Amino acid sequence: MLNLLWLVPTFPLAGFLAWAATGGSLPNRWAPWLGAGTVGLAAVLTAGIGAEFLTQPPPGNHFRQILFDWIGVADFRAEGALYLDALSLQMLFVVTGVGFLIHVYSAGYMADDLGQARFFAYMNLFVAAMLILVLADNLILLYLGWEGVGLCSYLLIGFWYDQPENGYAARKAFVVTRVGDTAMALGLFLLFDRLGTLDIQAGMARAVDLWPSGSPLPTAAALLLLGGAVGKSAQLPLQVWLPDAMAGPTPISALIHAATMVTAGVYLIARTQVLFHLAPEVQGLVGIVGAATLLLASCSALVQTDIKRVLAYSTVSQIGYMFLALGAGAWSAAIFHLMTHAFFKALLFLAAGAVILALHHEQNIFRMGGLRQRLPLVFWTFVAGAAALVALPLTSGYSSKHEILLAAYQASPWLWAAGALGALLTALYTSRLVLVAFFGPQHAEVHPALPVTVTLPLVVLAVLSIAGGWLRMPLAPALPEPEIHSGGFALNLVTAAIPMVGVVLALGLFRQRAEAAAAGPSPFVADVSRLWFSGWGFDWIYQQLLVRPFLGLAAVNRADVVDAAYRGIARLARLGHRALSASQTGRLRWYAAAMLLGTVLVLAAGVVS
Amino acid sequence: MTPVPMLHVLLLAAILFALGLVGVLVRRNLIVMLMSVEIMFNAAGLVFIAGGSRWGQPDGQVMFLLILTLAAAEIGVGLGLVLQIYRQFKTLDADALDGMRG
Repeated sequence: MLNLLWLVPTFPLAGFLAWAATGGSLPNRWAPWLGAGTVGLAAVLTAGIGAEFLTQPPPGNHFRQILFDWIGVADFRAEGALYLDALSLQMLFVVTGVGFLIHVYSAGYMADDLGQARFFAYMNLFVAAMLILVLADNLILLYLGWEGVGLCSYLLIGFWYDQPENGYAARKAFVVTRVGDTAMALGLFLLFDRLGTLDIQAGMARAVDLWPSGSPLPTAAALLLLGGAVGKSAQLPLQVWLPDAMAGPTPISALIHAATMVTAGVYLIARTQVLFHLAPEVQGLVGIVGAATLLLASCSALVQTDIKRVLAYSTVSQIGYMFLALGAGAWSAAIFHLMTHAFFKALLFLAAGAVILALHHEQNIFRMGGLRQRLPLVFWTFVAGAAALVALPLTSGYSSKHEILLAAYQASPWLWAAGALGALLTALYTSRLVLVAFFGPQHAEVHPALPVTVTLPLVVLAVLSIAGGWLRMPLAPALPEPEIHSGGFALNLVTAAIPMVGVVLALGLFRQRAEAAAAGPSPFVADVSRLWFSGWGFDWIYQQLLVRPFLGLAAVNRADVVDAAYRGIARLARLGHRALSASQTGRLRWYAAAMLLGTVLVLAAGVVS
Repeated sequence: MTPVPMLHVLLLAAILFALGLVGVLVRRNLIVMLMSVEIMFNAAGLVFIAGGSRWGQPDGQVMFLLILTLAAAEIGVGLGLVLQIYRQFKTLDADALDGMRG
């Protein structure tokens, strides 16, 4: 069974190739079957492989499958090889399982879209690239998947390309993540130059042999890899692209920008955790980046009015939790939260998509209201997801976040404080979202008939969001399992109680919001919420610091300085042409005289020399 | 009989060549231009003859025969062209025939 591993990424890739080979002329009604079917096959295969891996672990608790020789230049060898261990198996489950549910959902969500076939083709390509990313045995194959998911993200954010702002959002996501990817590429060059291999396992073993802990080389390499992770996972300071990426269709937001691609950075750091062990300062930095991001993003989520942007900022902040856990050394807690987050955030996005569908593409939560009675199924599944996001006890989010906070306390009480404050803010913004969108007076026309392809994934994901905490896999051989102390009764109580305090606070705050809104906020509150609404003004800063100087330079260089030399050559040729053409008078005597002159000159030259 | 000095022959050839050249450059009638070209041919031929007798070699006379045949061929083609040109353009003025102006 394990030998069928190569089929897992091949199925979705075949789905994409089928579309590409027919030149996009595949009928729309086949697209959902082909798209969801190939991913479904991959999911079934993953289940089989996972069952065998867990019941009869292969020797060394990992399985390596070499498919082909990919690159071989002098000393450098890169094989097209897959590597399966507990960490990549966990990622496989998330990508194929959640991916399949989202594909099924898309069949209902995109049913009326003319570009359905293209949509599923891109989705399949994305799943294939993501599977290559998590299964890659060497860093260069991982980078292939890394860029592949980036490309699909770009294609799918700009899926409705007839609206210019969607194209802008897609370009922004691509360019911003490119900054991180460049750092990562440099990191790979450094690792290859110093370690002589890009094979992950061999390279990590060699790094431990060659480099003492805290020396400059692993620090630099870890920093560069962190740059890549920060770009892909939308952490400070490259988090600006994710909220705008919500321009894409909602299943995309669920699949790419919540469940899988944006967590690739977490996976990368967990995969290369040996390097981060060797660079404790950088590992500390990972935690600080996570803490700062989760606080800033939660504040922004608190004031957004677009349902998808609330969820986008929430995603940024939840990935901040994962970084916090990585920084605190709780590797498996980070991956655990990655999985539970994939369940509940995909659910929240899909439920939001169902709301958007039922309301004819209305995304402003203040124009929703009172959806509890009209869309009961969506409401209850959304509440299940929200409870997991808030980390109320007995949900999957509770198990993972609680563990992260305990580990953070062990690393530094400050990290714990940031995480706890973030948990409070999470409870606030999530409750606000639920209260505003689903309670209160109804504002919009609702079209409650949702196809079964939309509702079924919601129910499955709701069950997973609640019960997913029991699906935890032991990651021990792949990731070191640090001792996490239970931390004492008081700490546990406070950590568990904070979300509930947040919910109660939110009930008090947002219930009487109508009266408060009538009075109008105080100027200070208005200023702060405007700052938060704009995502702390990062867009403005980047606009001033980077975009505008670049546009200015481009305007100066509009005529292209370098090209002037080439244009000069062209002008010279044209001048010569004009002169020679003027000498062609068509007069016989003129030509004879020219020949005479030429002869005299040649003779004179002969005589003189 | 005293031989003609070399210098005189060369001077004569140079004068003949210059006459022909001036004729080609200043006259506009195509037939006169062809005649001038013939004069230049003969100037060149004279130099070959003089050279051949000076060094007692037959090559000079061989070359002159070659020039004669060349001149005959040239004048044959040239006069044929002149005839065609006159039929087409009703003129033999070389300056009027500048249709190939660049």
